[in-house]
Amino acid sequence: MEKNETKYFTFAEPPDELVLESGEKLGPITLAYETYGKLNREKSNAILVLHALSGDAHAARLHPDDQNLGWWENFIGSGKGLDTDKYFVICSNVIGGCRGSTGPSSINPKTGKPYGTDFPIVTIGDMVNAQSHLIDYLGIYKLLTVIGGSMGGMEVLQWMVSYPGRIRSAIPIATALKHTPQQIAFNEVGRQAVMADPNWKRGHYYGSAVPAKGLAVARMIGHITYMSDVSMAEKFGRRVKADKEPFKFAAEFEVEGYLQYRGDNFVKRFDANSYLYITKAIDYFNILNGHSLNDIFKGLKAKVLVIAFKSDWLYPSYQSQEIVKALKLAGVDASYCEVNSTYGHDAFLLEVEEETHLIKHFLQTVSNGKNGD
Amino acid sequence: MTRTPTKIEHEVIMEWIEDGASVLDLGCGDGELLSRLIEEKNVRAQGIEISEQAIHRCVARGLSVFHEDIDSGLSAYGDKSFDYVVLNQTFQQVKKPDLVLKEALRVGKRVIVGFPNFLHYKARFQMFFGGKVPVTPSLPYEWYDTPNLHFLSIADFREYCRKNSFEIEKAVFIGKRNRVKFSPNLFAETGLFLLSRIN
Repeated sequence: MEKNETKYFTFAEPPDELVLESGEKLGPITLAYETYGKLNREKSNAILVLHALSGDAHAARLHPDDQNLGWWENFIGSGKGLDTDKYFVICSNVIGGCRGSTGPSSINPKTGKPYGTDFPIVTIGDMVNAQSHLIDYLGIYKLLTVIGGSMGGMEVLQWMVSYPGRIRSAIPIATALKHTPQQIAFNEVGRQAVMADPNWKRGHYYGSAVPAKGLAVARMIGHITYMSDVSMAEKFGRRVKADKEPFKFAAEFEVEGYLQYRGDNFVKRFDANSYLYITKAIDYFNILNGHSLNDIFKGLKAKVLVIAFKSDWLYPSYQSQEIVKALKLAGVDASYCEVNSTYGHDAFLLEVEEETHLIKHFLQTVSNGKNGD
Repeated sequence: MTRTPTKIEHEVIMEWIEDGASVLDLGCGDGELLSRLIEEKNVRAQGIEISEQAIHRCVARGLSVFHEDIDSGLSAYGDKSFDYVVLNQTFQQVKKPDLVLKEALRVGKRVIVGFPNFLHYKARFQMFFGGKVPVTPSLPYEWYDTPNLHFLSIADFREYCRKNSFEIEKAVFIGKRNRVKFSPNLFAETGLFLLSRIN
């Protein structure tokens, strides 16, 4: 039986390196990606799924007997929100990442050693440019939709601006036109935690102990911002752990144990330098970049569905409403729904029923549309 | 749940809006009117609706809809960006009907307003003889759970339009099953007006 496998696409071999937004060159570049479902003969049923900060190419399982669940498992598959019986779903790991795509932990061909902090600064625009090469390679010109939440939503907005002619629709979820000082502040605390770890060694720690404690603390902060007051109260209350140790300041409350567990687990699968680079790319993100709200989406022919969640205080709904305002000003065919949820920012991964209902019908409308050229 | 607009209300609106027009429906509910307008009149349609469940139904119909509160304004729309803005059965339910209607008249070349006539004879009867706040087919709510925040009559609305220099281009008054020609302030359950600004 065909096993679920991550594939790799390498491009930008020197001297044809990818020119980054910073002006620096990067190459060769490898993108890890997975696909689900079948590309139709017209190549008109391809969907590009864009992951968030800590995500990767493994968005879903190909078979139920695969051990590792995909990060959007309950949304991608046969009969699900992104129905793999109908659509060809692609998900790739971003550049700067550490899950198979070229990033700071990859070998720098010039030195034969991992890049570390010699890796160039990458932006959301660079990530999207790299993805467009993958889409070219897969022989697809126009995507049925690009969809993603949080940082993935920023990439969706970037596709709308950088490659408006290559998408028939777009679904930015729980995201923003630009990062706010509050959002940057949380990321900066995370980065400082990593950099304060003595094992970080200015980013050149490969081959020795990794800055595990710093990265775990960064992830703990992240998790707090992904939940809501209500979802934390419901999940943990003030309950204490059954096996609490008699040591002062050990994790006593369940919420402490949960955060530590999440932090420690994250270190096993994520590179600390990638965390620095990707959070920086998110902080730099400002799709307006000198444009006004009036003209940023001018001329966009794609249909857009914007989704926000009521209890999301990390990416509050007013930020999605700004996206909607820009779409209205540009006269783009759009829809907006603020889903009533108590899950906080995590809702984009958890409110599957609502998302499925909205997105299934939206994609049906797009598929039925005439804009298939 | 809000009272659904009657068949006659939608028929009148369908008559007033010409083929290929652009329409913004404020408080579009589950999108029935917009769907009909698209199918039968080939309009370019958008809706704004406050209920999440209704938004889900609109998206299922393939409509362009925004989950927003019309009381917070229409600042995302330029002047005269629609041929018609519809405010049917939402006019009396918004917090600031005056502001919402003025905004509607800014973004629409014409505005269609529909509302229940509070001084329909049955309502007067219940007030006068029953001594109670009326509950009628066009005002089907008890005082403690009504979505209606403002109570006005056909005559009140005419006076309001005159004071604000809104031109009433057309008006249709609807009774229980038919259009009312005679003394609408007494016999109409619903008033529908086609307005524009007098320049």
